Amino acid sequence: MTRYFSQEHEWIEIEGDLGTVGITDYAQGQLGDITFVDLPEAGATFGKGDSVAVVDSVKAASDVYTPVSGAIAEANGALADEPELVNTQAETGGWLFRITLSDASELGALMDEAAYKQYVESL
Amino acid sequence: MSEYPITDSDQEEAPLEPMLLPLNGWHRDQGGRMVEFAGYMMPVQYDVAGGGIMAEHLWTRENAGLFDVSHMGQLLVTGEEDAQTDIEPALEAALPIDLSTLKLGAVRYSLLLDENGGILDDLMVSRWPGGFYIVVNGATKWDDIGTLREYLPDDVTLNHLDDRALLALQGPKAFAALERVAEGEYPLSALTFMKGGRFTLGGVDAWISRSGYTGEDGFEISIPGEAAATVADLLVAQPEVKPIGLGARDSLRLEAGLPLYGHDMDPERGPVEAGLAFGVNKRRRLEGGFPGADRVQRAFAEGTAQKRIGLKLDGRQAAREGAKVFHGEQEVGVVTSGGFSPSLQHPIAMAYVDAAVAADGTALSIEIRGKKLDAIVAAMPFVPNRYHR
Repeated sequence: MTRYFSQEHEWIEIEGDLGTVGITDYAQGQLGDITFVDLPEAGATFGKGDSVAVVDSVKAASDVYTPVSGAIAEANGALADEPELVNTQAETGGWLFRITLSDASELGALMDEAAYKQYVESL
Repeated sequence: MSEYPITDSDQEEAPLEPMLLPLNGWHRDQGGRMVEFAGYMMPVQYDVAGGGIMAEHLWTRENAGLFDVSHMGQLLVTGEEDAQTDIEPALEAALPIDLSTLKLGAVRYSLLLDENGGILDDLMVSRWPGGFYIVVNGATKWDDIGTLREYLPDDVTLNHLDDRALLALQGPKAFAALERVAEGEYPLSALTFMKGGRFTLGGVDAWISRSGYTGEDGFEISIPGEAAATVADLLVAQPEVKPIGLGARDSLRLEAGLPLYGHDMDPERGPVEAGLAFGVNKRRRLEGGFPGADRVQRAFAEGTAQKRIGLKLDGRQAAREGAKVFHGEQEVGVVTSGGFSPSLQHPIAMAYVDAAVAADGTALSIEIRGKKLDAIVAAMPFVPNRYHR
């Protein structure tokens, strides 16, 4: 399994042609207390960079963009009752959706963990 | 990710370098996450254990929160020496306030209106021994000073007390914490809601009024800027008190049903439709003689097309400023503030809607990202006020 990161602070973990997407721990810290997550329907298709989900905090609503193109395979149903999982387990149990990749070459434009860490430190 | 902030849209109008307030370094030492707001760097929340908007909000509802509101404008209106009574007609010509019923030390909410009766700002007026002390919003203070200078005759002096800081201590334990450190000619308990007086805090002269913007019992404390850190240290040393950022200030005032200038009121809205009729005192309603009086009196007599109302939403998705409000298929208004209520654990909002659908209990819907969410018109405050009257 390989994990990639986007400049918009999403992570995607790849297993075969399926990618699991969430926001990074840095991102959840910036947003603060998350109160609601608006998730996509399974089957919906999106292009790379499309707004796929919305994360609501007490302060603001924030778009989450998909780092790759594809069709939504599944959304994280646990977030309906426990949106705070995005705060407490941003890079594990607080994942947002799974997407079936339509173009795996798009992953080449993303960062690995070390590059993302460096990117965050530069902000 | 990209963010749509709801509290700092004012920054778009202030492209200049943000200014620094007396407690800038103090906030950073406390873990404050500094953002630009109303032209100043201000803490939106504190990144410490027990910090964050939700925790800071709930702490204030249960204990006492210390807010730095030094971005607000503190003004002093005075006349020629020994001629305080002369400035009253001048100030009454500028504001729809009845100064004849404002006793020494009393604080009253009023409105700065334009010639069309539109709201330029909301403000607090206190009678001081030598004049009137006025607190206005930070984002509007420069415009307010210009407007007041225009409204007031030349022999009335308007001073901007820009060397002063303003703190607010809010919450059910604010009195216990402040009483422990306040010294004065009379006890702090002499102050009831909307009354103020002179005290010292750790040797620092302070004007303290029992007022605030959270719906809780609490105090607003005007002190010299150079002594602000001393007073802030003294207050957070009390076990009931934690520093609270702008984020929780916004969610607290929303729960309290208190409108925010630039969002829930603006020059397009008048006092009556904004639900701020109490900001136009009774005698002034009858007699007029303030900017925009004709329009305001007509609104009192005839009602207004729209009204500011509260809305409660089901579920957890919040409606934000700008969301359209519907009654059935018909668009009837717009949300002006909205968010998730930390105390109630569901979303709440303020909106302007057509008067016909403004009654409590009316079922409406709010369009959020193409979906219509159910909402019910609800009485404000959403969370009961706990003022010490």
